Amino acid sequence: MKIKKRFCHSYCLSGHPTLPCNVLKFKSTTIMLDCGLDMTSTLNFLPLPLVQSSRLSNLPDLSTVDVILISNYHCMMALPYITEHTGFSGTVYATEPTVQIGRLLMEELVNFIERVPKAQSASLWKNKDIQRLLPSPLKDAVEVSTWRRCYTMQEVNSALSKIQLVGYSQKIELFGAVQVTPLSSGYALGSSNWIIQSHYEKVSYVSGSSLLTTHPQPMDQASLKNSDVLVLTGLTQIPTANPDGMVGEFCSNLALTVRNGGNVLVPCYPSGVIYDLLECLYQYIDSAGLSSVPLYFISPVANSSLEFSQIFAEWLCHNKQSKVYLPEPPFPHAELIQTNKLKHYPSIHGDFSNDFRQPCVVFTGHPSLRFGDVVHFMELWGKSSLNTVIFTEPDFSYLEALAPYQPLAMKCIYCPIDTRLNFIQVSKLLKEVQPLHVVCPEQYTQPPPAQSHRTDLVIDCQPPATSYRRAEVLTLPFKRRYERIEIMPELADSLVPMEIKPGISLATVSAVLHTKDNKHVLQPPPRPAQPTSGKKRKRVSDDVPDCKVLKPLLSGSIPVEQFVQTLEKHGFSDIKVEDTAKGHIVLLQEAETLIQIEEDSTHIICDNDEMLRVRLRDLVLKFLQKF
Amino acid sequence: MDHECARLLPAVCAVLADPRQPVADDTCLEKLLDWFKTVTEAESSLLLLQENPCLLELLSHVPTLQDVSAGVLSFSLRLAGIFAAQEDCFQYLQVELLPGLFGAAGPLSRAVWAVPTVRSGWIQGLRSLAQHPSALHFLADHGAVDTVFSLQGDASLFVASAAGQLLVHILALSMGGRAEGHTCPQGDDWPTCAQKIVGHIEESLCSTDTSRVTQALNVLTTTFGRCQSPWTEVLWEHSPVLGSSDLGPWEMTAQALSRLGPTQAGPLALGVLKLHLCPQALRTQAFGVLLQPLACVLKATTQAPGLPGLLDGTSEDSVVADALLSSKSSCVGLLCRTLAHLEELQPLPQHPSPWPQVPLLRAVVTILRLCDGSAVPASSVGGCLCGTLAGCVRVQRAALDFLGTLSQGMGPQEQVTQVFAILLEYLERPDSSPMVLKKAFQATLRWLLSSARTPGCSGLGPHAVLFLPELFPVLQKRLCSPCWEVRDSALEFLTQLSRHWGGQADFRHVLLESEVPELTQQLLQDPESYVRASAVTAMGELSSRGLHATPTSPEQPEAQQSLLPEFLHILSADSEGFPRRAVMQVFTEWLRGGHADVARDTERFMATVLQVVSRDLDWEVRAQGLELALVFLGQTLGQPGPHCPYTVTLPKAAPPSPLTEVLGALCRVRLFEFAFRALFDCDRPVAQKSCDLLLFLRDKTAPYGSPWEAGGSPDSASVEAALQRWQAGEQGQPLGDLEPEAMLATLRSIDLEGLRGTLAQGSDHVEKSPQSLLRDMLATVGILQENQADCY
Repeated sequence: MKIKKRFCHSYCLSGHPTLPCNVLKFKSTTIMLDCGLDMTSTLNFLPLPLVQSSRLSNLPDLSTVDVILISNYHCMMALPYITEHTGFSGTVYATEPTVQIGRLLMEELVNFIERVPKAQSASLWKNKDIQRLLPSPLKDAVEVSTWRRCYTMQEVNSALSKIQLVGYSQKIELFGAVQVTPLSSGYALGSSNWIIQSHYEKVSYVSGSSLLTTHPQPMDQASLKNSDVLVLTGLTQIPTANPDGMVGEFCSNLALTVRNGGNVLVPCYPSGVIYDLLECLYQYIDSAGLSSVPLYFISPVANSSLEFSQIFAEWLCHNKQSKVYLPEPPFPHAELIQTNKLKHYPSIHGDFSNDFRQPCVVFTGHPSLRFGDVVHFMELWGKSSLNTVIFTEPDFSYLEALAPYQPLAMKCIYCPIDTRLNFIQVSKLLKEVQPLHVVCPEQYTQPPPAQSHRTDLVIDCQPPATSYRRAEVLTLPFKRRYERIEIMPELADSLVPMEIKPGISLATVSAVLHTKDNKHVLQPPPRPAQPTSGKKRKRVSDDVPDCKVLKPLLSGSIPVEQFVQTLEKHGFSDIKVEDTAKGHIVLLQEAETLIQIEEDSTHIICDNDEMLRVRLRDLVLKFLQKF
Repeated sequence: MDHECARLLPAVCAVLADPRQPVADDTCLEKLLDWFKTVTEAESSLLLLQENPCLLELLSHVPTLQDVSAGVLSFSLRLAGIFAAQEDCFQYLQVELLPGLFGAAGPLSRAVWAVPTVRSGWIQGLRSLAQHPSALHFLADHGAVDTVFSLQGDASLFVASAAGQLLVHILALSMGGRAEGHTCPQGDDWPTCAQKIVGHIEESLCSTDTSRVTQALNVLTTTFGRCQSPWTEVLWEHSPVLGSSDLGPWEMTAQALSRLGPTQAGPLALGVLKLHLCPQALRTQAFGVLLQPLACVLKATTQAPGLPGLLDGTSEDSVVADALLSSKSSCVGLLCRTLAHLEELQPLPQHPSPWPQVPLLRAVVTILRLCDGSAVPASSVGGCLCGTLAGCVRVQRAALDFLGTLSQGMGPQEQVTQVFAILLEYLERPDSSPMVLKKAFQATLRWLLSSARTPGCSGLGPHAVLFLPELFPVLQKRLCSPCWEVRDSALEFLTQLSRHWGGQADFRHVLLESEVPELTQQLLQDPESYVRASAVTAMGELSSRGLHATPTSPEQPEAQQSLLPEFLHILSADSEGFPRRAVMQVFTEWLRGGHADVARDTERFMATVLQVVSRDLDWEVRAQGLELALVFLGQTLGQPGPHCPYTVTLPKAAPPSPLTEVLGALCRVRLFEFAFRALFDCDRPVAQKSCDLLLFLRDKTAPYGSPWEAGGSPDSASVEAALQRWQAGEQGQPLGDLEPEAMLATLRSIDLEGLRGTLAQGSDHVEKSPQSLLRDMLATVGILQENQADCY
């Protein structure tokens, strides 16, 4: 059985389309979709340990969030702020690689921040009157008072302990109201899209997906079909660059630099694209005659990252999975390590300084160039034009990242590698999946500001996508129309259907609607209290509503001419009929009475003459069927 | 027909006529028909039939068989057609046999007609026999033409197409006899057959059924396309088929150009512009059609008014704009075709004049900018084009090809600068696909060459001088690309550059300043064999010009490190054929050009190379070895003639050294052994080349008389024994050190001319023989008992 129900809302809490944070209110559940940490404002600072929170203060009450669904490790960096500081008491769902690699990213971040001796922390500038006087862009930054210090490892551990691990295609019931399912999104190890569905509605959340063949399991597109709404975030940040071309650029520039005796610095995250780059270099360095050039990977989590990548076989693409059965390590960086071509260190201190040989290639964080070992290499190598820094992570503007290091002699190459969906792939995906409505950040509905003529760089779908911006509440463009209700067998037994049209039968039901855990059941109404019992069982009758005498249901239509004839037969005269847009008005001028007949209603309007009204009513009823 | 075939033929015919025998596969039947075709070209068919009655028996028996196989029936129809192509044989057959095969009582009326092969055989048979006027009567009498009409709409495309072709053939045959010497008759006087066909075409053209109209148009197109006889003009001008309108062909074409959509009008316009004699107005119109899409692009992107457009003054064709905007595939298709048409037209002598070089250059550069997303649109049409073309590889390729062609016309300074700028951009872009990059390299080369041809310019040309310093860093990067196709095209480009400007000081300076020579040398070890081959060619070229990497040693700043050992290593050790072939080509060039590394000790060079090459598994390497040997011979004995190296001619100039000395040198480098071995090479081209070389050598040495007794010396006997073993396939044993006399004696004792004839026949001439075919067919059904034993 179905009944009509209500709307569904989405709240947008992040202005950054690739680091989304949305809250979906769907049926009785409140679901947070990702909690990315936008760190671009660190670029406003000198390379020092300062991080901001994810600007979450304007969210009314995060304690009401029931669950958080994480789509990939980049989109969970704000998790400790939510789980530890907002009264959040729900569950977080994520896949195992997401949690493990997310932990590594957080650990690296905390390590980068904590190991630098803290200077006094300045906060006076956050005063609005002072901030106004600061140079741009600091003076334009919004809500600086809500910027937070970086979380601690303890908070990270506590936050991660609230995560429930899930596998692809696993169905998770939330309070009986909705079911959520993670699907492979093809972007990173364990990265997921989510389906949130009830019996009659399906919302798909697509965040950070890729259709390219890299290391993760390919994207599951088929399961996204038949969505009422598809929320689309996390598209490529560099829609004009093709990852293959960029990898080529990366290799060529690396080779040219090293050949000339220069060093190459690659600021990067400790997981993700680095696996693909290492794989690419594995094939490339021999052919380019660079096998003797050492590759260094420096990160507090370098070792774990390289090892983790090898153990998540079931989360890898088919090619890599099948290697495990040979058995061989799925990623060739194992061989690079074995042959001593790739070496990894927790930091520049210790073993690294003994082994360090130049020219070399160094992979290290943080890509913002504001903290981490990369700061050291920028200072060490920045003065020589033989060296090159190659930016591959697309999250930060490389010019802004370099600003504090100017003047800089070293060469700078920008080859952002972003494997997430581009607009051509999106339009193919949408054609394939055919959701009824698409909802996306407003950035995706207009060409990038710097390339306003590129009208191809927008989401193109029919009907046009509904867009949202930061801090906006969006009523999702579909009405929830039905809810499933069960009928108890004995109640069903008592129903007597009447055929009103061939093939269509109706029955009236009187029952009690019992709702528990978002499941609805119609139960037989209690018998009216027995007056003979003498003793009043008040409590019982209190629980159920009064069962009034049922009025019959009416159906049919009133033929106006016959109705007028009947009125005349019953002694009414001076009858006028007027046609209206929706039906007719019958005017009984003598009695100063109106009968308004419309398709689905009939009104008798007369002044304080109940007798007359009842007479007229009965005349009307003669034309209608009752059951 | 030879005796052996005639002996086997009855058995084969019996097999074919026996429905219980498994029919040999179709290819056998095809080969058999081919053979009969050759036989009947040389002999009288009538005689053939009379001498081999089994054939007539087969042809008359097959159509009467109830359960005949479609393949054999089709074969019989075609065979009968081949015989009946000769008029006397036709007369002989037409009384009984031909009506039974091609008439209403034949296969036409039987269930087997449903098989397409049979219908196809029927048409092909008629096509063969329709060679003489008697055949026309036969066709008319038996209503065959009507059947052909109906077959035009056959479900099988092959049959339908063949039916159309047959109609064209019959029409031409029936008109052909009359046209000669007569003034062209008007339609009413045409032969019945022709009138019938033309009437049918006319009727079809008026039909509302599009497929019938198409069939009729196909017949007309084929007729006009194939036959230029005066009668076709009559058909065109006066026949009621086309006479319904009062327009002549030019007016009709003009109308078609204006009415057809841009996709169909383009090829027609190109065709019109290729014609030599064609009214100027029509040419102008046709060129307008070709230019329209580019004019549309220019209009949509022109920011500053005043620049000359492509079709100023004419109204914009909204149909073209619609085609460009309707969908990506339509836009891309139209632009690619337009660019290809213009590219084809530009080099033709009859290309439109004046040629709108300036706006065309602007249009192509604009298209390239739209493709890389850097063009700024001036209208909504432009915006839409920008979205459609961004990143489109097909259009980029077509545009770069056309841009290359446009280099022939150059342009104003400013525009040439723009061209070089966009080329550089394409060479630099990380997103350029390998194919696009290759095209960009090719276009760049053509523009550089044209720039150097600027009147009054010596050397590189003003643009190239500015361009090269920017080009080399890009080239350097491309040589390091992880994509082998890119490395390969970069190397090819470098080779071309050096070939043209290796001697220019400016070029040498920029090249030597860059890391390109070192990177190129590095690529000799590339994992991809194509790249190694290209690197060999490039290094060979650089080295010839004294441009290859010079390790800066203080003692010998001038000395180039010799590449010879490295190339020899590749020749003897590379596992792939391409690099080894490239090395041999470079060596040949070096020898020809007197490269220092070779000239230093040519004999040692030759001896080493020939020794390595003789063991090579790749026949092209061995063949190239013979080429090298030929160059060497030319240098020691005098140049071979350009066409017939073995023609005996008196030497125009005396050989550089006395013959004995030369022969001694040839023996020392073991050229004889190499060539003799190659003579029995299992790959025919090698053996042929060696044969040519030895003939040249023999004829060069002949005029000097024979100071030695031919065959007299014991050495020559041992050489001949070795040769016999080689011929038998035992390649192991070397000849050892032998005297020139023995070699020369052996050379004279070999029947080189005979060998040459055998080699020219082809290795499969035995397998191809008709006897073999007939035997095979019999063997498959087990008739030839003696063959059963060695069936494999």
